[in-house]
Amino acid sequence: MITLAKITKIYTSEDVETRVLNGIDLQIEQGEFVAIMGPSGSGKSTLMHILGLLDVPTSGSYGFDGREVSSLSEKESARLRNKKIGFVFQSFNLLPRTTALKNVMLPMLYAGTEKTTKEQRASKLLEIVGLSDRLEHTPGQLSGGQQQRVAIARALAMDPKIIMADEPTGNLATSQSDEIMAIFKELNQQGKTIIMITHEPSVAKHAKRIIVLKDGDIVSDETNRGFKDV
Amino acid sequence: MSNFSEILLTAIEALRLQKTRTALAVLGIVIGIGAVIALVSIGQSAQKSVENQISSLGSNLLTISPGAQSSGGVRSASSRTTLTYEDAQAIATDSSITTVNKISPELASRSQITYGKNNTNTQVIGATPTYLSVHNMTLQSGAFFSERDVTNQSKVAVVGPQVVSDLFGSTDVNVIGKSIRVNRISFKIVGVTSAKGGTGFQNQDNMILVPLETAQKSLFGMNYLTAISIEAKDKDSITQTQDEVGYFLLTRHKISDAASADFTIISQSDITSAATSVTNTLATLLAGIAAISLLVGGIGIMNIMLVTVTERTREIGLRKALGAERNVIITQFLTEAVVLTLLGGIIGMIIGILLSYIVSHFMSLPFTISFGSIILAIGVSGLIGVVFGWFPAQKAAKLSPIEALRYE
Repeated sequence: MITLAKITKIYTSEDVETRVLNGIDLQIEQGEFVAIMGPSGSGKSTLMHILGLLDVPTSGSYGFDGREVSSLSEKESARLRNKKIGFVFQSFNLLPRTTALKNVMLPMLYAGTEKTTKEQRASKLLEIVGLSDRLEHTPGQLSGGQQQRVAIARALAMDPKIIMADEPTGNLATSQSDEIMAIFKELNQQGKTIIMITHEPSVAKHAKRIIVLKDGDIVSDETNRGFKDV
Repeated sequence: MSNFSEILLTAIEALRLQKTRTALAVLGIVIGIGAVIALVSIGQSAQKSVENQISSLGSNLLTISPGAQSSGGVRSASSRTTLTYEDAQAIATDSSITTVNKISPELASRSQITYGKNNTNTQVIGATPTYLSVHNMTLQSGAFFSERDVTNQSKVAVVGPQVVSDLFGSTDVNVIGKSIRVNRISFKIVGVTSAKGGTGFQNQDNMILVPLETAQKSLFGMNYLTAISIEAKDKDSITQTQDEVGYFLLTRHKISDAASADFTIISQSDITSAATSVTNTLATLLAGIAAISLLVGGIGIMNIMLVTVTERTREIGLRKALGAERNVIITQFLTEAVVLTLLGGIIGMIIGILLSYIVSHFMSLPFTISFGSIILAIGVSGLIGVVFGWFPAQKAAKLSPIEALRYE
């Protein structure tokens, strides 16, 4: 599914080179549930951006779904993001003053899906995340946990193979956080690959595999022995 | 693009959420388009009114004036005496002139007119019976003086309605047969011309017509003419008439070089085009000023769009992360800008039409609104949206999704 080889990322600003990733080798198979951990500045967010095709590596190769994607054009990576990757962000990133239904429909707008299909699919997805009675609510009228569930429904809009979540519970209280993790686990059981960034061990323990990053290198990559199914 | 309607709805929604800002941004375009529409339409009305007035002076009209075409602004006084009644009669009878329909020799001067205690100072024109038809005029009462009155130097007069009301206090008075004094000589009124409502440079309602020879010999003691008006056969032969008559008069006055002619022939179309060029210049000037206000309005739109792009950086980042390609983002923000300017254009157009209607109503000009200017207003406002929305839209599309998502 995902094969990284010698991926580096170097930021240059005012003649100062900052090496954020130091030659990452990584393989993630279809159906895995991976948590990427590490202190801030370890490079985990940059790794996530490269994995999510939001950024390109300085060097190295990235095979995604059987295809080399380390130097795709902007247009091609936009298409791949749209069709194969679902994003969940720490701060939800829903369109303000826009209904939950319309937020979920957004990726389908860019795929050119037909209107009735979009609406049906979006309301079905909101039902799956338990918000069938909140279709016409705007983010301001929803709790943090509910907002994140809308975001998950949106991530599922194009039925992607992978869901990438960047600190998905970072802004949530524990009870809501558990709800979100339960949804992720269920999605993973249905076959979705899930890659999640977190710095909280209590969140990471929900994943099947835990990768720890430090100063741009993978320092540990282990199967989570404490993993429990739902 | 099947999703364009959705992009359009998104744009309208975004503008609706920022009502005050939208209204202020649109205001510049409203003023610009409103000014263009109003000024262009008022300009056209004024032009039309000038054209109407000129054509009401007589159709296919040519006027021969004494004196050379002013060279360097100097016109010698002696040249005022170069046209005579004999010239006019010769033009009327000569076989080389084929396109002249009617000819009207005229001697005009201002005089004091009195009736009892009332008096007025007006234009007195010595004329012949052809005067009326050459100048497109009719009588409302009485009759015009005859050829005989001209040769007999009869003391009869045809007066304009303005003169009637000045001297008799009202236009309803029956003045036929009444005696008025022109330069202390008594004249009997035989006719009254119909009101033409003429205003401006040559008011045909405020004048007195007397037989030509009466004017020359009894009133003013001049044996020359101040003008010969000619009615050409039809519109197409005006140039030919101008040439024929010009050549004939040059020969008759024994002048070999046309440049030193002692007369000037001006056609209706010369006057029209002179007047038109004046109103055109004015209209262009006004439209220029309006265009500048439109430019300022456009810059206002660009400014607002730049603010919008900055404010919605996170939204743009999210849209890109979810798979929006550059051209989708560009379309979205261009649509927003064009909706803004079109809105302004339509409101401005309505205000402009109202304004020009009010102005033409109060200045009693004919109200004209051309379909072209409506199309132009909408086209131009849309174009302003594209031109001034382009830079902000590009800026939005070039944002990197991660930078944009991080933006606080």
